[in-house]
Amino acid sequence: MIEKVFKGNSRYWMWLAFLSAFVGVGAICYIRQYLFGLGLTGMGRDLSWGLYISQFTFLVGVAAGGLMLVLPYYIHNYKVFGRLTILGEFLAISAIIMCLMFIMADIGQPLRGLNMMLHPTPNSMLFWDMVVLLGYLGLNVICAWVILTAERKQVKPPKWVYFFVYLSIPFAVSIHTVTAMLYCGLPGRHFWLSAITAPRFLASAFAAGPALIVIACLVMKRVANFDAGKEAISKLTTIIMYAALINAFFVLLEFFVGYYSNIPGHKHSLEYLFFGLEHHGVVYNNLVPFMWTSVMLCFGGLGLFAYMKIRKVGTDLMVGIGCGMIFFALWLDKGLGFVLGGLVVSPLHEIVEYYPTANEIGITVGIWATGFLLVTLMYKIAVDVEHEVEA
Amino acid sequence: MDKQRRKFLKVAGATALAGISAPAVVKLTSSPAIASSEHGAAADAHGAPADAHKAAAHGAEEAPKGVRLGLLVDMRKFYGKPELLDKAIAACHKVHNVPQIDNRKSEIKWVWKAPFENVFPEHSNSHSSKIRKENDFLIMCNHCDEPPCVRVCPTQATYRLPNGIVAMDFHRCIGCRFCMMGCPYGARSFNWENPRPYIKEYNPDFPSRMRGVVEKCNFCGERIALGKEPACLEAVKESGAIVFGDLNDPGSEIREVLDKENTIQRKPSLGTKPSVFYIV
Amino acid sequence: MYNKRFIIPGLVIFVLFVTFPLWFNAFSTASPVPKPELPPGGEKECVAPASEMRDRHMVLLNEWRDGVLRDGERDVITVGGKQYRKGLQMACMQCHTSKEKFCDTCHDYTSVKPFCWDCHLTPEEAALKKETH
Repeated sequence: MIEKVFKGNSRYWMWLAFLSAFVGVGAICYIRQYLFGLGLTGMGRDLSWGLYISQFTFLVGVAAGGLMLVLPYYIHNYKVFGRLTILGEFLAISAIIMCLMFIMADIGQPLRGLNMMLHPTPNSMLFWDMVVLLGYLGLNVICAWVILTAERKQVKPPKWVYFFVYLSIPFAVSIHTVTAMLYCGLPGRHFWLSAITAPRFLASAFAAGPALIVIACLVMKRVANFDAGKEAISKLTTIIMYAALINAFFVLLEFFVGYYSNIPGHKHSLEYLFFGLEHHGVVYNNLVPFMWTSVMLCFGGLGLFAYMKIRKVGTDLMVGIGCGMIFFALWLDKGLGFVLGGLVVSPLHEIVEYYPTANEIGITVGIWATGFLLVTLMYKIAVDVEHEVEA
Repeated sequence: MDKQRRKFLKVAGATALAGISAPAVVKLTSSPAIASSEHGAAADAHGAPADAHKAAAHGAEEAPKGVRLGLLVDMRKFYGKPELLDKAIAACHKVHNVPQIDNRKSEIKWVWKAPFENVFPEHSNSHSSKIRKENDFLIMCNHCDEPPCVRVCPTQATYRLPNGIVAMDFHRCIGCRFCMMGCPYGARSFNWENPRPYIKEYNPDFPSRMRGVVEKCNFCGERIALGKEPACLEAVKESGAIVFGDLNDPGSEIREVLDKENTIQRKPSLGTKPSVFYIV
Repeated sequence: MYNKRFIIPGLVIFVLFVTFPLWFNAFSTASPVPKPELPPGGEKECVAPASEMRDRHMVLLNEWRDGVLRDGERDVITVGGKQYRKGLQMACMQCHTSKEKFCDTCHDYTSVKPFCWDCHLTPEEAALKKETH
């Protein structure tokens, strides 16, 4: 089936060339970082995790989001999602590859990365995160490939593959739960030390992942003659709405706990993210505009969806804008605010703000472009197989 | 038939699960962390030696085994003498080939000094004394009994030695910096670039580090093995401001001071059980 | 066999190509067998016989490393009446005083790039930034 990626119209090739340019920039930036060290990033002693880890965290969510297609179809026999589950699986594969790339970009001694397997350490959540991520990657590769091959041959998928499909469901939950556990089990990091971190991660994942799939479907409807169907898109937007609402609810709960208990440690990060944190006469508020943009986009997207549902109107463009707004809102919330907000107060109660460097942003953009490239190639295969079967 | 078999399997499964988890439940409920009178009884009930449990129930101070190295900083002897602090810091950094990088972002420090409110945020209060406001306090790795950095390290590159030192294996560190996230004391530094150009003079008996690994105070494990004292202590020896020794030995110098004086620890509420004590 | 005149010369060229390092070295004097410098201090004994050191010095160094760092095995070793502390800088380099003339000769020959010296100081480097007072 791989041969499908080599046949495409000029628009397809131009899109690939466009992405490859960013991949190239990312590669050059990475080589620079590899030769000099992580000193080329904006991270430092007090703020030792940054853009890479926050992108990793967000993308684990995108990978887990595919669950919202697999679960209804395979467990609840919701046939409408039949054509979409493969897209969820392919999105999961590329999101996890991006995650692994971000981890490799973030570690100081990438050549020693395999020490994680050479010296397995069950008490480290990072070890378990590696286990579930690689497991989920493997499961998705198996499921996606076997089911797509069966579809192409117009036979039923072999029975054994359903074992892996069902296994992938708890795995999808586990990847984001364990990723949350990287953060929420650390003493002395008040913002992260919250039992609601994992549920909040899952809620935002179940909105962000499907939102990206809806956008991809709408694009492919225009450029690749692939129609997911109105009902499927409508059901997905409902799922996105509920998940985004639950995420917003969880964030508000964090606000309640912080501000009603009035414990400074619990308030600091929220204050920094949304209002600006004052310390020794200086107000630190770099992320305030980003976070309020996130709030506006989230509720704006929800409002747009609600309007479309109530009035029973809605064009593809409106659905696309709504999904884009929610996806971007959640990216700001989790891919930026969560990690950087949690780190702004150092263990020694000093405030350090984070400014990513151009090189760091280059690598980040390069990895995102690689992910989009992989998604494009895999969706090309899926759509072409679909067309082949129809023909 | 089918239904019956299903029911049987359910019951059998539940029974097996209960059987497996029973010892775990008993173990959990007899945790020494919750010191109460019921505990002795519970321990008796399941046949464990009651004395041992009672002793454990009184907290970590009783019946310790082996060596646990600890350090005590008598800040009273440092007050008004910042040069003494600097001397201790310089001695450590020289002995361990710690680079002097003069920017906040990439700096590396094993032992350093900071204001009271930064070192002891949990002990800070309004209207603190002049002495607290005007003096810096010596800080280093706490060599915790329950070190979160060791808990989170994915490669066992940092680990707790039997003598209580939380040590680093620079050969194995992959530079993920998870330990820096786990440490609630900010005791760890990362080599953001090659440290060698920033080392002014080498101690030929100790290695430098390479870029991409995390480092921190090692309680002078290499010096203790030779029968020497920690470098910071040695540098300020005549003042007697730093005391080092075995916390498990009731006759040791550090225990004598601890028994006599009021001491505090950094962020005790986090349950890390630091091995570094302060007289302030 | 079809296309005999293409396949057989093709195979010959392929075999010659993949065995290039072997026959090139056999006919050239480009890489003579390295001769690492013996201890300039004249020490005759090492912690193990030379043949064993040649085979497994890296294993021994790893064992020392784990012993010293993890298992508290910092005991001194006595070789030829002299005592050494376990370690690359403390023991090995006390006799083999030149990394360039000892370690590098074979490592370069076999194209091995150990990362020892990223952290450990060669006697030369240590002398470069020495205490001045």
